[in-house]
Amino acid sequence: MVTKRIIPCLDIKDKVVVKGVNFKSLEYAGEAIELSMKYYEEYADELVFLDITATEEKRKTLIELVKDIAKVIRIPFTVGGGISSIENIYELIFAGADKVSLNTIAVKNKSIITEAAKKYGSQAIVAAVDIKRINDRYEVFIKAGKEATGLDGIEWCKELQDLGAGELLITSMNKDGTKSGFDIEFLSKVEKNVSIPVIASGGAGKKEDFRDLFLDTGISAGLAASLFHYNILPIPELKKYLSENGIKVRL
Amino acid sequence: MITVLDYGAGNIASVKNVLDELKIDYLISNREIDLCKGEKIIFPGVGEASFAIKKLHLMNLFNLLRILKKPFLGICLGMQLLAEKSDEGNVTCLGVYPGTIKKFEDTSLQVPHMGWNNVNHNSDNKLFHNIKSGELFYFANSYYMPENEFQIATSKYGITFASAMMKNNFYGVQFHPEKSGAPGIQLIKNFIELC
Repeated sequence: MVTKRIIPCLDIKDKVVVKGVNFKSLEYAGEAIELSMKYYEEYADELVFLDITATEEKRKTLIELVKDIAKVIRIPFTVGGGISSIENIYELIFAGADKVSLNTIAVKNKSIITEAAKKYGSQAIVAAVDIKRINDRYEVFIKAGKEATGLDGIEWCKELQDLGAGELLITSMNKDGTKSGFDIEFLSKVEKNVSIPVIASGGAGKKEDFRDLFLDTGISAGLAASLFHYNILPIPELKKYLSENGIKVRL
Repeated sequence: MITVLDYGAGNIASVKNVLDELKIDYLISNREIDLCKGEKIIFPGVGEASFAIKKLHLMNLFNLLRILKKPFLGICLGMQLLAEKSDEGNVTCLGVYPGTIKKFEDTSLQVPHMGWNNVNHNSDNKLFHNIKSGELFYFANSYYMPENEFQIATSKYGITFASAMMKNNFYGVQFHPEKSGAPGIQLIKNFIELC
């Protein structure tokens, strides 16, 4: 049986890790390489790096960083943020990324998902979806949460799977940075409507939130950032707790 | 010297980084002559089976790989390509191992099979030297090798499948040792030092 995955997310700006609240106001959270090594040693199951600068010039810095990270950690990692072409994907995978995460570009140019999956395999293509709950609707947002698309959350997730994505990374914008728990209701709906693995993001504030996520849904992975960066909830403590609650994790 | 076969479809940086860490002399290549020169071959495969086989034909490596007598380690797709056939792209593969690579069909399962799963071996195979049975390794696959006489480890995902193989000099692992922390590094070290 596959273990449930705990995934720290590192938002990268100029080689350092930053963390925002509700997609805004950034604070310094540590050096990318140091945090990566710490998480590797703490048995994080994977890492996700999101480049939030993502200008063409900064992209070269990111590639160098990806190379350096690949040298020191021996667990899979995903890189995303501002990917706009197959060439960007090639560069990141060539530098050592195991997966790339596509968000805005997937909405603007759907065929890139299919093309990339054909070339590098579905397992390397993570489709990231930022969702905002507006009354009873779940709408997809792009451009780091700044632009509404009119797309329905569930329909878009199903389409991403059909296009060839191997995994979905769902971020609940209303929950992001609030530490009030995952959006179990929506995540559960997504998970029932697709057959690819889903990573839940947004809202994790305590160990019980992960327990509820894994006991109440079929979601296979939980992602968090500041909770781990500021050592509010160390990964070994979280995993021990989950294991005691009958959830299979890698210890 | 180890030759790492790179047919240009995926992430070989990870394998390269592990070999660097182990201070192993290696060469990354897709040339016949380098495969002949290497003492051992590592074949990390990612991507799609029929695309990979097409590449091997184009590089004129298909027949050479089948008859190699030196220790060979196929990783992930690199292991699957050693089977007779793959249902992925319905392609004839290298035919070192018997049988056909199948897709995970159980609709209650999430596919790809993605994450850390137990690898159970009760053999004393050198590849698993100092690795306990049931150890977790990282997988990312939608297709699998059914159980067969050459399996040296199995894993369970809905069904039980062969997660490591050995036939003569041909070793294969479905998981990614280069991405599986310390046990993965141990496995690569075992292949290099003991197999």
